[in-house]
Amino acid sequence: MKSVNVLLIFRKEIMYKPIIYRIAKDFDIVFNVLEAKIFPKQEGRIILGLTGSDMQLDETLNYFKTEGVEVQILADMIKRDEQKCVHCGACTAVCRVDALYINRETMEVIFDAEKCVACGLCRLACPVNAMSGTAIDREI
Amino acid sequence: MSSIEIKKSYEEINDKIKKGTAVVVTAAEMPGIVKSEGVKKAFEKVDVVTTGTFGIMCSSGAFLNMGHTKPRIRTTKVLLNDVEAYAGIAAVDCYIGATQVKEDDPLNKIHPGAFSYGGGHVIEDLIAGRHVKIKAKSYGTDCYPLKEYEKTITINDLRNAFLYNPRNSYQNYNTAVNCSKKMIYTYMGILKPDMGNITYSSAGQLSPLLNDPYYWTIGTGTKIFLGGAVGAVTWQGTQHSPGGKRDENGMVMEGSGTIAVTGDMKEMNTEFIRGASITGYGCSLMVGIGIPIPILNEDLAYFTGLTDSDIKTPIIDYGIDYPNGDVRVIKEVTFAELKSGNVSLNGRSIPSSPLSSYPKALKIANTLKGWVEQGFTIGIPQIQIPGAPFSRNR
Repeated sequence: MKSVNVLLIFRKEIMYKPIIYRIAKDFDIVFNVLEAKIFPKQEGRIILGLTGSDMQLDETLNYFKTEGVEVQILADMIKRDEQKCVHCGACTAVCRVDALYINRETMEVIFDAEKCVACGLCRLACPVNAMSGTAIDREI
Repeated sequence: MSSIEIKKSYEEINDKIKKGTAVVVTAAEMPGIVKSEGVKKAFEKVDVVTTGTFGIMCSSGAFLNMGHTKPRIRTTKVLLNDVEAYAGIAAVDCYIGATQVKEDDPLNKIHPGAFSYGGGHVIEDLIAGRHVKIKAKSYGTDCYPLKEYEKTITINDLRNAFLYNPRNSYQNYNTAVNCSKKMIYTYMGILKPDMGNITYSSAGQLSPLLNDPYYWTIGTGTKIFLGGAVGAVTWQGTQHSPGGKRDENGMVMEGSGTIAVTGDMKEMNTEFIRGASITGYGCSLMVGIGIPIPILNEDLAYFTGLTDSDIKTPIIDYGIDYPNGDVRVIKEVTFAELKSGNVSLNGRSIPSSPLSSYPKALKIANTLKGWVEQGFTIGIPQIQIPGAPFSRNR
């Protein structure tokens, strides 16, 4: 079993189709809604945590594409520049999902990209501009 | 200061350092020695304890001399990468302050502003050896006729570049919480409403002035680690306040002491000094400082042996109280509680996070330990910084 966080963008043509329902029914995916924004008749954006086998996840991501859903893997959206990071910990104050957290033994800041939901708050908190990438909130 | 008890002299310690026989430990290692062997034995055994801190330190900046131009200019306005440096010093001297923001920065017009480039970043770019564009203006004189000058330079083209920070290395510092109803963007980081989180900025047990709380060994002439290079304490820092509140052990419980420091930027390393952008607040500089504490007496062995559990900091509301200037201590907490990641406050468990880097502080203390082991002697303070009366309660 594997977990992946994805941002799904539903253009207005497909935003009222029951696509999420099918991923549970047809592909047996365990999903968790982490965030959702719906702009009526324009666009819907949803962040899902998907859990399933490699094959189930592959099939699900393919299914999204055949339905015309734009898929972005969140682990790829925000990056940390290891040369710039000074491990001060400022980002850990605002990270919503503990993707950025402190190892209490060493007090180093760990970045677990798999947990990231690309909210972009770490970019605001970081004093040395170590975090970069697209944040969903700020793009809308 | 005559009142300082010296049981092991500077000369004795420096002789050992020169011979390579001094026992040097970090302020993270000292508590273990004091705990297992007691204060008296720890004093006899250890000669020097090294400290470290790395965090955002406003009241920092640099004196730069760009060398004389041909024809000569007597600068009245100087910009470095479009950040203004104060030019009212001499013909080609200027002072670039860490918190000065770039010309035309939108500041907080769209709140919270990003403050992406300022004086601290110019200092970092110079130390990194990156190109920096100088633009200078003048009114022209008979002896300095040039009115405008522009050149892209690196630090190697500057005749001098001295970091000179009027207030650094705060002995202790406030811990911040937000009692207001809205999210705030402060120099203590992003604070969520209704006491949603707590931030603090101190290296705690590793912090230089917490290891010598009465400033017995720190004064003008103390040799230090500054931004990766050898630096010196030049004076007490601005806002130095030795009379701050102290606990029963004599340890300070609020900001208290500060030092002014200087060092040669040409010898520094950006691993230990960085420009900083504080969202909604402004620009600044992250500074790495380490001070070696000679263990002159048992009291210094005792103080350097204290841990994060023994040092307290006041929690202050940055939502309403601090901006209004009505500072009230909500609660005193130890750095050990803060470092655990959660603080119990008003029956709630509130997540706490640091703003200063403990891993960097530890690296600085360890680097300085290496220096002292290799012959870096202790600078004897020529002028003590103002202290406080000491009475031993142990």
